[in-house]
Amino acid sequence: MRKTIFLAVLPIAITAMQLAGCGNSTHPQDTIKVGLIVELTGDMPAVGASSRNAAELAVGEINAAGGIAVDGKTYPVELVIEDNASKPDQSVAAANKLISQDNVVAIIGPNASLGAIPAAEIAEFNTTLLITPWSTNPKTTLDTSSGKPKSYVFRACYTDPFEGRVLARFATEKLGAKKAAVFYDVASEAPKSQADLFRQTFAELGGQIVAFETYTTGDRDFSAQLTKIKSAGPDIVFLPAYYNDVGLIAQQARRAGIKQPLVGSDAWSSPELIKLAGGAVEGDYFANHYAADIATPAAKKFIDAYAGRYGNTPDDVAALTYDAMGLLSAALKKSPALDRKAVRDAMAAVADYEGVTGIIKFAPGSGDPVKSAVIMQVKGDKFVWVMNAAP
Amino acid sequence: MNEALIYWLQQGLNALQLGGIYALIALGYTMVYGILAMINFAHGDVFMIGAFFCFLLSTQLGLSFVPTLLLTMLGTGLLGVVIERLAYKPLRQAPRVSAIITALGVGLFLENFTLALSPYPKHIPTLLGNVTWNLYGLSLSSIQLVIISLSLVLIGLLDTIVHRTRIGMAMRAISWDKTYVPLMGIPVDRVISITFAIGAGLAGAAGSMYALAYPVIDPYMGILVGWKAFICAVVGGIGNIRGAMVGAFILGSVEIMVVAFLPSTFRDFVAFTLLMLLIIVRPYGILGKPRVQKV
Repeated sequence: MRKTIFLAVLPIAITAMQLAGCGNSTHPQDTIKVGLIVELTGDMPAVGASSRNAAELAVGEINAAGGIAVDGKTYPVELVIEDNASKPDQSVAAANKLISQDNVVAIIGPNASLGAIPAAEIAEFNTTLLITPWSTNPKTTLDTSSGKPKSYVFRACYTDPFEGRVLARFATEKLGAKKAAVFYDVASEAPKSQADLFRQTFAELGGQIVAFETYTTGDRDFSAQLTKIKSAGPDIVFLPAYYNDVGLIAQQARRAGIKQPLVGSDAWSSPELIKLAGGAVEGDYFANHYAADIATPAAKKFIDAYAGRYGNTPDDVAALTYDAMGLLSAALKKSPALDRKAVRDAMAAVADYEGVTGIIKFAPGSGDPVKSAVIMQVKGDKFVWVMNAAP
Repeated sequence: MNEALIYWLQQGLNALQLGGIYALIALGYTMVYGILAMINFAHGDVFMIGAFFCFLLSTQLGLSFVPTLLLTMLGTGLLGVVIERLAYKPLRQAPRVSAIITALGVGLFLENFTLALSPYPKHIPTLLGNVTWNLYGLSLSSIQLVIISLSLVLIGLLDTIVHRTRIGMAMRAISWDKTYVPLMGIPVDRVISITFAIGAGLAGAAGSMYALAYPVIDPYMGILVGWKAFICAVVGGIGNIRGAMVGAFILGSVEIMVVAFLPSTFRDFVAFTLLMLLIIVRPYGILGKPRVQKV
């Protein structure tokens, strides 16, 4: 009997010992393993593909230059790519796998907030550095129970409160809108917070919100809400939605007779939008992290390398992923050792990193960078830069 | 006309459009249940395949609307027969739950098959011209008109087949009693195949109309719509064709009207609460009849 119990406990004990060994820097390592969680399938595969392409480009450049030297030894970087299918639960599973099985030194991604928020919880709990390129929701870098910033989570992009304010100001000051309608996905984190902050700022600036309508992820018929919005007579419609939804909503809105400009968030920025919307977003505006047509020389180099390898202009997710990889490699170069605590501390000490999307400077004690946004307009099959919007 | 009236007429048109599409899908659930007493959970994904057929035929072969619609119906009809032969027929004598689980598996297979070909959502070109007529402020699009009228025509056609033809009579006979009907010389297998072909063909028609009305399609589009159509069939009285239609137009109207009256966050909550209450009051659905268990 005792033997049976022993045999039953043995595998558990072995697993526990293996787990305890994870994250231990005394392991001899040949490569620096970096985890990448991206949306390769699910609702936004174009986002995941851009992010993976940019990460692979960055890793290729790092390795071509001989790798990264940490504590006197040079290591090549190895990417471990996980697909999260644009889902929260699969993001958690991917983060757990990367941390406990693959023993990565840091994680890049996920991009969409709905996956980045839960993955960031896992990274924080397991004291592993996570840098999300594209997640703009405040909750990603904040500890929701204490309201304090998480110490292991950083991002390469600006945040929703900032974007909501920028867009509300753009709508009132540049488009002269007095009445605005808001239409957003109530089940998705980033659109929800952008909609709330737009409403707040637009009202503070003296505007009037005439309709505040919602839908749920997976909805295809928006006719009832659009009919309501049309009868409210807004000057603009604020539509902080992902590009796949924008395609559907914009076409139904035009068919329902809404001719006013649509104003969107950075979630619009995939070139796929133009294909999916079939002309319905012509002339409309959205906020973005960077504009390829006003690129700095360093950014130009990245854009050319990316276009040369993949045949299209990198979108903002690609640029931000490239910057997230750049931030991580800057941190690794400064880190005295390859353990996760040392890498995290080196990351927090990175100051004024000059990336493709502008200068990234973290607010003290926070993983949120202070940077500016651009406003883009859809013209033909291109996104054209309209103006810069500083914080 | 006054503005409020226009607004309500507009919402009414929206409800008819949505209800028409739900009805075409709900008919497939109700027909298969009527004849095999089995819930074909792969049906929503057959609808999705219909939308992809429509996409391929219109973009790759450049066909216009009518041939696209007919070929899509033919294609999904065949798919329905193949699914029945390969996945459900071997289980006809097995416990009913096995067939339902197999149906879920077939659905997952169809989703992941489409996903494996390409995970990107696809945009369907405008096949019907994007004309919008403006009648005193009421906007009626060509797509809306085609969807509403075509779904009513197809439903009428199906009702005629089931109630006025020999094959329809055979279907009704099988749904009444599977044990003794073969003894009367009715080819049960063939009738079941035809039932699946018609149900899947209607799902294909719904898929292509849906793809025109909501022109961004992806491999998961059938899940939610499939569930909703299934609920329509249950509310109307599953197994009853006219019931499925009634259920579909009820759900379509309730979804649209909840948004029109209340904040849009309440839509699914109120819609499904109402439907649950309806089921509590009439457990067999609006036009359904209790099945007598023979001992």
